[in-house]
Amino acid sequence: MSNTHHYFPHTQDDIDAMLQRCGVSGLDDLYSDVPSSLRMKAPYKLPEAMTEPELRRFFRHLDRRNETLTCFAGAGVYHHFTPAAVDSIVSRSEFMTAYTPYQPEVSQGTLQYIFEYQSMMCELTGLDVSNASLYDGSTATAEAMLMCVAAAKKKNRVLISATVNPIVAQVCGTYARWHGIAIDTIPEHDGVTSLETLEDMLGAGDVAGVILPQPNYYGIVEDFSGVSDKIHAVKALMVMNCVASTLAVLRTPAEWGADIAVGDAQSLGMPMNYGGPYLGYMCTTRALMRKMPGRIVGATTDASGKRVFVLTLQAREQHIRRDKATSNICSNQGVMALHTAVYLSLMGRDGLREVNEAGCSTMHALVQKLCAGGQMELAYPHKPYLNEALMRLKPGLSARGIIDKAAAAGILAGVEVAPDLLLVACTEMQSTEDVDAYVELVKNMNTDE
Amino acid sequence: MNSELYGTLVFELSRKGRRGCAVPATEAAAGAVHRALPESLLRKEAPDMPMVDEPSAVRHYTNMSTNNFGVDTGFYPLGSCTMKYNPKINEALASSPEIAGLHPFQPAATVRGALEAYYLLQSFLSEIGGMAEFSLNPYAGAHGELTGLMVIRAYHAERGDFGRTKVIVPDSAHGTNPASAAVAGLQIVETRSMPDGTVDLDDLRSKLDESVAAVMLTNPNTTGMFERRIPEIAEAVHAAGALLYYDGANLNPMLGVARPGDMGFDVMHINLHKTFSTPHGGGGPGAGPVGVRAGLEKYLPNPRVVKHLDGSFGVISDSDSALGRVTFWLGNYTVLRRALAYILTLGADGLMHVGPFATLAANYVMNSLNDLYKQPIPGPCKHEFVFDGLLDKSTGVTTLHVAKRLLDMGFHAPTIYFPLLFHESLMVEPTETESKETLDAFIAAMRKIAEEATSRHEQLKQAPLCTPMSHPDETEAATHPKLKWKDLT
Repeated sequence: MSNTHHYFPHTQDDIDAMLQRCGVSGLDDLYSDVPSSLRMKAPYKLPEAMTEPELRRFFRHLDRRNETLTCFAGAGVYHHFTPAAVDSIVSRSEFMTAYTPYQPEVSQGTLQYIFEYQSMMCELTGLDVSNASLYDGSTATAEAMLMCVAAAKKKNRVLISATVNPIVAQVCGTYARWHGIAIDTIPEHDGVTSLETLEDMLGAGDVAGVILPQPNYYGIVEDFSGVSDKIHAVKALMVMNCVASTLAVLRTPAEWGADIAVGDAQSLGMPMNYGGPYLGYMCTTRALMRKMPGRIVGATTDASGKRVFVLTLQAREQHIRRDKATSNICSNQGVMALHTAVYLSLMGRDGLREVNEAGCSTMHALVQKLCAGGQMELAYPHKPYLNEALMRLKPGLSARGIIDKAAAAGILAGVEVAPDLLLVACTEMQSTEDVDAYVELVKNMNTDE
Repeated sequence: MNSELYGTLVFELSRKGRRGCAVPATEAAAGAVHRALPESLLRKEAPDMPMVDEPSAVRHYTNMSTNNFGVDTGFYPLGSCTMKYNPKINEALASSPEIAGLHPFQPAATVRGALEAYYLLQSFLSEIGGMAEFSLNPYAGAHGELTGLMVIRAYHAERGDFGRTKVIVPDSAHGTNPASAAVAGLQIVETRSMPDGTVDLDDLRSKLDESVAAVMLTNPNTTGMFERRIPEIAEAVHAAGALLYYDGANLNPMLGVARPGDMGFDVMHINLHKTFSTPHGGGGPGAGPVGVRAGLEKYLPNPRVVKHLDGSFGVISDSDSALGRVTFWLGNYTVLRRALAYILTLGADGLMHVGPFATLAANYVMNSLNDLYKQPIPGPCKHEFVFDGLLDKSTGVTTLHVAKRLLDMGFHAPTIYFPLLFHESLMVEPTETESKETLDAFIAAMRKIAEEATSRHEQLKQAPLCTPMSHPDETEAATHPKLKWKDLT
């Protein structure tokens, strides 16, 4: 077997010497235990090797067939600004090429940024404890659901608001179906969770947890006053799924009385990257700390008394509990937690508030202009919203039609919720000109049709 | 790696009045949130985030990084983790301004390139795995296992076979296997290993009945041995009406040698962050695509990328017979791009060398050390091998001491105390990207440690001495948890 590829360091002399040490005459001899009937008889049916310039050309060709649009879409993924310093730090190979920090002596870099990340997520949610992160907001919510059921022991019903992002609800549904959890949907009323119905549903008696959104799928900031008392009265847990960036300004899960806060941290400056990687965060109370899935980093001291960081509370984890485990998480989002820590360090106390103000201000201006144009109106005109809102289209217009026509003009108009409902979001990234172009486009559409 | 501990927290650099970036915002925006929302919906106090300038923040994280060991820093022989080189071209191609701004819900016609990339990788992995189709959605190996087990449950459920509630795993399995099965609502039955670490086929047969949904195996297994009776195992599993699941954690030595689909496996996952060179990132993000044999495609999760008859690509989100969703969208796209770049860089011929070279490296190291360390299983290993500590146990030097002393010598430690089959497990996986010189240096270090175990074992037990910190008080960490900055003050 000849070797010329630059990923393989072995010369033919090396290979010969290594084979000799092994007491065999060829590489095939090392596979004498693989039945010949199973051995590959021919190379893979795959393309020939590419050089770097060929590979770059290949990807350039692929990427040319994507179009980056001026983004007015949200529905869980938002186009925010990422300082260049974040990418620069995150791409450092000391961070990027490390494994899970099993050996704390040579992993203080990783352990320390996770500790910073945990500290920051506790600040945002107001809760006591954060884990080291989970895959994304939808799986983090499913993990919270599993946690509710594990904490409740004999109860296995979880209520989820109809105003939770439907994809998050679907992922919870998949996990629940196979885990034997019954999910009931709390209906919505006028765009928000029906709290009256929630109270009735809690009365049924076997509820382990309740999952509520903030802001909800329609962008509405819901009022959960008194809700935690009712949930706790039946010994159930209150889970809030929150858009991470908005936690900088909105009343916190802790202030609402929630036991668990989860969600996606993509809104904390992570590139949209056509679906990932993002990061699922999870925070909880001190009381539930030992029920939380995932890695947790803690501070301690070393032999010389220095403050150092280690993975801790590992008795909770899958590799110890094996078939008694209530979660199979054995990693975290690593460099995406670093991404979050660096982003929040740079945003600081003021930056994240400014991001929210910019998105809020632009969104309200856009809504006002769209409504004034007469082609659409707020679906729930009396509900408070921050940087995202559901628009009801006038007869004759369709969400699909607007999205397709806008895409042709370089604008992502939003996300279709129903044929006549369009979910629109703004962040700090859309200029006044962008907003006007959007409004103009919609206006012209109306006259077209 | 810097042997001095950096250790400062970003919160400790914070000074009121400093800021780390300028946010694009108009003056009109100031106070917008308070105008839009009633006080009752707003938080009482701003979150206590650090206030640092950009240069200080960059220096802070750069200093922090110097206390980390990575594949780029040195040899990382962590068993079952496949810490191979993470090619730089993959990093260059993984993220770019062209893809950063692609929203997952934008119309398919505006993301044709991204969908083609997905489709290509799906089909490449199918060829490599010997499977009919892959879903790239799962975010990690454990997530792939969970998804794969759900696929299996969906298959049985659709046939009305609701009694299959058990999954059989070997006692040598990764802890994740039983944990994934538990989350998928299955009961775990362990099957015994033979002394050589392979499955005891008689024991397995005695446990196979109509209550078994699946048997989960890694092949080679966690001791680095190939299950040579896999055709018989597959036959027995299928005869019992169960499906055979391939945990792709140990796929690397099989590249160029044999395909799981040809071995009789029905469902598998691949850890792209192991076999396909995407970086581990200190814990993530990874990717754990799930593949299935012909006939099981419809159970793969939504959404899925499909190729239409006219050659265009689309996304299906609501296929009726599919599993449902396990992810927000189509997976970790930038991780998947790296794996695609890796496959294209090695090409059909290059991939054929991966398994044999990885196996050669492992056997070379094993045969260079088995006169001093106890090799509990005879014969050639595959990509990794397990020692049961030092041969000479009279000095009281344990696997933990060996591992910590390696850190002093500039190597990452092997995986220790796993698999659970041996008391002093020390599991080494060198991968195909390490040069003979590196392997020789590691062998020399391991031999020196064995020598120190007799000549100066009391000092050896103090290791590590040259790392940024040593001997953390883990009991204190767990009994008085300090899990955030404010817990320290």
